[in-house]
Amino acid sequence: MSNELVLLAVLMAAVTYPSRALPLLAPGIERLPDRALLYLRLVGPAVLASIAASETLVQGDSIEGYRIVIGVEILGVITCLALVVWRKNLFVGLVAGVGLVALLRLAGLG
Amino acid sequence: MPADLRAARRQLLLDSAGIAASAVGFALVFGLAARNAGYSLVETSAMSVIGFAGAAQFAAVGYVSQGLPWLPIVVLTFFLNARHLLYSASLAPRLRHVPFLERAAMAHVLTDEAFALAATHFHRLGRVDVPGYWIGAVLGVFIPWNLATIAGYLLGGAVPDPSGLGLDVVFPAAMAGLAVGLMTGRREVAAAGAGAAIGVVLSLLAGPGIGIVAGGLIGPLVGMAIPARVPGEGLAAESPVALRRSTMARSIADTDARVDTPNDPQGDRP
Repeated sequence: MSNELVLLAVLMAAVTYPSRALPLLAPGIERLPDRALLYLRLVGPAVLASIAASETLVQGDSIEGYRIVIGVEILGVITCLALVVWRKNLFVGLVAGVGLVALLRLAGLG
Repeated sequence: MPADLRAARRQLLLDSAGIAASAVGFALVFGLAARNAGYSLVETSAMSVIGFAGAAQFAAVGYVSQGLPWLPIVVLTFFLNARHLLYSASLAPRLRHVPFLERAAMAHVLTDEAFALAATHFHRLGRVDVPGYWIGAVLGVFIPWNLATIAGYLLGGAVPDPSGLGLDVVFPAAMAGLAVGLMTGRREVAAAGAGAAIGVVLSLLAGPGIGIVAGGLIGPLVGMAIPARVPGEGLAAESPVALRRSTMARSIADTDARVDTPNDPQGDRP
């Protein structure tokens, strides 16, 4: 059996690794101005919220276009969020959110 | 081990378990899809061990099965994973004391989930915990992703559909839940709100690959535009000195607020 796609995996790693590594390995990052450090600290909440909102609300592809979809997924995410805020426990939130979505889909609602 | 570190790592392990469930669900599907596209087991595993590129791995399966050339796959992989630059830059100031080679290894396992787990763990703990990074990135993501890739390939048609089990919700729900852990002030809330709104709008216009990155880039600027409650708050928060300064200033502000508004026990908390 051919293993030529191993080379493709290496090429994919070669274009992914620099974006993962360059800032981590760059010298002098600790000498950035305070404003830049504040910006970098705010990247976390901004990008995680961006991922969560986009993954929950936007569906489609580049050919047929993207659209907002309000489905059972949003109920799962909101349930998880509420439990994280209330119980400070992500695992409990995930179990509840996933369970709710699975039940709703089983009932033919999703 | 200090009690706070033990408690934070226990919480990290619990958080990682949820993330691992998501990774397992989707890596099983990836293994199955790669097998159906004609990949060998070695090629499938290489994609997950060496490439370790999430959505780009799924895109590659589709392109390879259609017989398309490799160049578009490589270019797409670059753009899909460019957001890692943000994660790396965000963690870099906190990991500057870690040896160079260890940071180089950390970079390979830096994913959406690894970043979210590490950032929340460091924030919860109030300091950097390098073993904690490895726990989230390797135990929570890398190992489950790779083992499930192999299992998906070997199990073939016996792999259940993750969306039927609701596992497709784990990823966005986990990202939202971990973001909540980082929201400790008005600036963080503003950055997250702006990031979410910009992410959705630009995902609709240009696709999630661009929308998510734009939300992560522009959201912090909105957060920075929100005035700090007290002078010095938020600046260079990674420095222990700055942390103490900020905490002291916040305590003083809270005390002032209680004095100014004796009937409002919450003071001016957002």
